[in-house]
Amino acid sequence: MKYVDEYRNSREADLFANAIRQSTTQSWTLMEICGGQTHSIAKYSLQDLLPKEISLLHGPGCPVCVTPISLIDKAVHIAAQPDVIFCSFGDMLRVPGSREDLLTVKSKGGDLRIVYSPMDALKIAQDNPQKEVVFFAIGFETTAPANAMAIYKAKLDDIKNISFLVSQVIVPPAIRTILDSPENRVQGFLAAGHVCTVMGYREYEPISKDYRIPIVVTGFEPLDILQGIYLCVKQLEEGRAEVENQYSRSVLKEGNLSAQKIIQEVFQIVPRQWRGIGEIAQSGLGLREAYARFDAENKFSCEIHSQERSSECISGLILQGIKKPNECQAFGKSCTPEFPLGATMVSTEGACAAYYRYQSVQS
Amino acid sequence: MNENEGMLSIDGLNCPLPINLSSFITLAHGGGGKLTHQLIEKLFRPAFNNSELETQHDGAVFDIPSERLAFTTDSYVVRPLIFPGGNIGSLAVNGTVNDLAMCGARPLYLTAAFILEEGLPMEILWTIVQSMKTAADHAGVKIITGDTKVVDKGKGDGIFINTSGVGVIEHSLKIHPKSIQPGDVVLISGDIGRHGIAIMAAREGLGFQNQIESDCAAVSNLVQSLFDADIEIHCMRDLTRGGLATALIEMAQTSRVSINITELEIPVREDVKGACEILGLDPLYVANEGRFVVLVKAEDAARTLELLQKDELGNQARIIGTVKEVPQETVILKTKVGTSRMLDMLSGEQLPRIC
Repeated sequence: MKYVDEYRNSREADLFANAIRQSTTQSWTLMEICGGQTHSIAKYSLQDLLPKEISLLHGPGCPVCVTPISLIDKAVHIAAQPDVIFCSFGDMLRVPGSREDLLTVKSKGGDLRIVYSPMDALKIAQDNPQKEVVFFAIGFETTAPANAMAIYKAKLDDIKNISFLVSQVIVPPAIRTILDSPENRVQGFLAAGHVCTVMGYREYEPISKDYRIPIVVTGFEPLDILQGIYLCVKQLEEGRAEVENQYSRSVLKEGNLSAQKIIQEVFQIVPRQWRGIGEIAQSGLGLREAYARFDAENKFSCEIHSQERSSECISGLILQGIKKPNECQAFGKSCTPEFPLGATMVSTEGACAAYYRYQSVQS
Repeated sequence: MNENEGMLSIDGLNCPLPINLSSFITLAHGGGGKLTHQLIEKLFRPAFNNSELETQHDGAVFDIPSERLAFTTDSYVVRPLIFPGGNIGSLAVNGTVNDLAMCGARPLYLTAAFILEEGLPMEILWTIVQSMKTAADHAGVKIITGDTKVVDKGKGDGIFINTSGVGVIEHSLKIHPKSIQPGDVVLISGDIGRHGIAIMAAREGLGFQNQIESDCAAVSNLVQSLFDADIEIHCMRDLTRGGLATALIEMAQTSRVSINITELEIPVREDVKGACEILGLDPLYVANEGRFVVLVKAEDAARTLELLQKDELGNQARIIGTVKEVPQETVILKTKVGTSRMLDMLSGEQLPRIC
């Protein structure tokens, strides 16, 4: 398949693996930000191609994983209401809340629909005027433009029976939180290619400068990731700390200005809870006043006391790169994809699920 | 477009709906009275038309030309009822025929039991029954007895079908995961993932530029060609829910061997690959309805490949791997970038991912 197969080529992968090996003279710890990159690293066992000096930590960029449990509980509460059609992306359905997940609500008779685009939720609302339609608007800067567009269109077309349960988060404040932690081990970042496709990478330059850390904007295919690692290692070995763009076939320095405009129109920066990490200042997007009537949290007020089910789960430490999934006592024992204790075991992009599903076989 | 429009243009469905049948299924069609009788006499019997049905008895009486039989049953629920490349009727025939074929049997007879939902348009039932007939003829089987029940509106999903099948085993091979030996070669009969993607695209209205058609087909004739050529088959498995990965894992676990496959050799059509990339699905786990894997003695592998590829249904067949002794109960995939990892069963259905 064009633009895919070229980036999964074993000969090229060997060339990059050799280049990384030749450049590496000491141990380096890198973190890939995005869950899509974590998934690709596990799926293609890329760690097996790297010298043992290179250690990869898996970052907080899995939208399913970082959505706070209080929001999952609210989603469960709203989806269980009669006369509500609750629309969500597919992989949110299995995320455990305090008591149950959205799939359980569906099996009890809730009208829960998997959609592939937030615009589908608008159509469902127009087709079902007697129902209240709620869309679970979660994700990073990647999903923000499409979600913003749906909200903008809902206002433009004056659709009264739709609202949005918003839990949008943004990457740069999370990187700063990781770097500020006294337990931080990360020496270089692979930034998330699709987030940067939307936002560009100017905002990463002050981070790289302030913390003297290399940041390489990186894609998602195996060769993208190997090249991103190579560029990052080369910077570290040469004592440089810059922002570089590996994913130039998709990312421009200024990003996608139209996408940024619609985000600006609908959302404002707000503090946001991250599951397992806690509140990070200025790390989320919330609806602006002009769009407040589309906020599902206003429309369906509820008092819910959320509590994580397990004290064993260390997903917060995993999301911050402090621990690896296989360092958790519950991993593969009391915590499996069938019975996940934390969100990192649920989503295919969660580090625990990726480790569980894709066990490498060192040849 | 109304979901029922265009359904009568499906292959082989040129026969008009018999007159004197009401337009919709009613509860009375399952009541055992005149309307039930009419449904059987005007719709099912003429469609399936064979001497065993003509006896009009409570069941079918027939002779079997072998001492070893295979017997299987499966129930079919699918939404939408009619999808690109097939419908629930062709699926219900091909699925059970394929299960018999995987046991090493030549399929002979099927039963067909229908649970119909009140309000089902008679034209849809007719379409489905007609394609069951077409599929049965193609696979060389007869539908010789059946049953119909009707449930209240809202208590079914249009139509559910159960088919059971009987086939005869006419060779001395023991086709079973426990017959798998280290050294065996693994072949796949064609490209994977088409049925699952076709259903998902039709169900969710994904509107891909090229319509992806289900691979729904009976593989029994293709399997028969391997028996006719005296291929030493150790095991076969049709790839249904859970896809190629799940079928191989089940076999590796039962046979306590290691099945090693190469990702680059597994045929996936470009449009299916594209759909999987967009939706975040792994084609190795996507459903098929007309594909199987066959594990044969190494010496017979090349001849098996040639036989499969000679048939239109198998022209994309490939050798995808081999069987090793250890590590036991594993399936190991050599990835496109040259690394290796274990394949594991999924916890549930694959869900499309967020971004």
